[in-house]
Amino acid sequence: MKRLINLTPSKPLRLLLGILPFALLLVVYLIASDARLAENANDKLLPSFAQMGDAINNLAFEPSKRSGEYLFWQDTLSSLYRLTLGIFIAAILGFTIGLLTGAIPTIYSPIAPLLTVISLVPPMALLPVLFIVFGLGELSKVALIVIGVAPFIARDIQRCTQEIPLEQLVKAQTLGGSTWQILVRVLIPQLLPRLINAVRLSLGAGWLFLIAAEAIASTDGLGYRIFLVRRYMSMDVILPYVAWITLLAFLIDWVLVKISTKCFPWHYQMTTK
Amino acid sequence: MTVIPFDKKYLDEKRAKAMPMIQAKNLWKKYGDNVVLERMNVSVKAGEFITMVGTSGCGKSTFLKMLLGMESPTSGELLLDGKPIRSEPDQSRGIVFQQYSVFPHLTVLENVIIAREFEHSPLFGKLFGSKKRAVIDEAKALLESVGLTHAINRYPHELSGGMKQRLAIAQALIRKPRILLLDEPFGALDPGIRADMHQLILELWREHQLTVFMVTHDLSEGFYLGTRLWVFDKLRRDNQAPGAYGANITYDLPVTRRKNEVPYELQTIAQESQDF
Repeated sequence: MKRLINLTPSKPLRLLLGILPFALLLVVYLIASDARLAENANDKLLPSFAQMGDAINNLAFEPSKRSGEYLFWQDTLSSLYRLTLGIFIAAILGFTIGLLTGAIPTIYSPIAPLLTVISLVPPMALLPVLFIVFGLGELSKVALIVIGVAPFIARDIQRCTQEIPLEQLVKAQTLGGSTWQILVRVLIPQLLPRLINAVRLSLGAGWLFLIAAEAIASTDGLGYRIFLVRRYMSMDVILPYVAWITLLAFLIDWVLVKISTKCFPWHYQMTTK
Repeated sequence: MTVIPFDKKYLDEKRAKAMPMIQAKNLWKKYGDNVVLERMNVSVKAGEFITMVGTSGCGKSTFLKMLLGMESPTSGELLLDGKPIRSEPDQSRGIVFQQYSVFPHLTVLENVIIAREFEHSPLFGKLFGSKKRAVIDEAKALLESVGLTHAINRYPHELSGGMKQRLAIAQALIRKPRILLLDEPFGALDPGIRADMHQLILELWREHQLTVFMVTHDLSEGFYLGTRLWVFDKLRRDNQAPGAYGANITYDLPVTRRKNEVPYELQTIAQESQDF
């Protein structure tokens, strides 16, 4: 028998093993849900899939009696808008700061220590400040995402900038490049795939801040809905919403990977070699 | 009585020919208490091919970095055409490193034309239209001379080690530097490819009338390529304080023999150098 570290499952087996935990979870849930519902048909804790389907059907395909909106889609749209706007601003801000501090020592000296300290401030603790300063509207929610994510992106990009071999910078100078030209032609193109990576890593935190902000002060959004229906113990809404958020997160991540491999093929082949 | 007209330009040219291109005058380099180079006095004329050998940490790479402008002398002078050498890399000195010399996000062709784009487009560092076509033609000719015509649209990660170094050399030459610095450029290559690269670099050296400084670990390579071989070593040693004394050029050998032979008296050293 080979050592365990040398055993690699074949491709179909790998696929099967990958699906197995999902299937197991599903089966366990079905059994548990059935058992509870058999005991008490009004049990709210583990709704059946039919109940969840009904609940989502109500929210997604029938206009709300109160406002006439399709709540599910309205929630999704608002949340995605806040998230993309927040992440977009954070990416631009973080990239600029990270690039400049990483590439230019005279900017690094005054900014880098400040950046380190700022990135250690827990963003959630600043949420009340944001509500006080920006009010309860969209701005404070987007601002929370920016404040939570931008320092992380900035530090990541700063590290990536410093990791670009000195040889390349020297070479660019012997080819007559100025600081500006080296930023534009040598550093920025090489950092863009790394920015996408940083954004992918920070999306989890982005969702966290979004849902937290929506839970506390909002009138729509996925996080708002989950926290609203919690009062009625509506697990039949909460569970599909959580699954939906997970799916959205997965899709965004997938799209980012696709964009990155399509636009920066050299980056991937470089790192796999 | 005839008056010889005073022609300043002619005199300057004549003087320039006689004057050494690179001069080190009592050059020292220290990092804190660690003396790397001490009392270096040397001069190099235009067109020489200098190869530098020595054990690791004996200052040959440091000297190359000073020529490049990445490091500046602690004391003494390093002169280019009689003026202190610029303490920043620029287009008068081309460089080929052992690795990381080329830009991974640009194709072979783009890697070469970027130098011209830096020159002509200060704002965007990028050329378009007819200007770009002119630059591309120039780059293609240069890439042909290093034997990369078939690969101009590939990215560096798709090239072998030897092809990458060919590209790095082409890139270093497009701005027509007078000095070419080579930092163990062939150290990571297979022997067969290395021999090809030797032919290439000798051709380019003659064709572009370069002054070449090359750091190498391979003594026979040093003898084969150079017109002058420098051996860096420490003249004085203090075993209690290894950093107390710096290295200097201990042998400055003109290489005039047939290029592919290692002189008999140095064969034993050549043998030892295999163990470097």
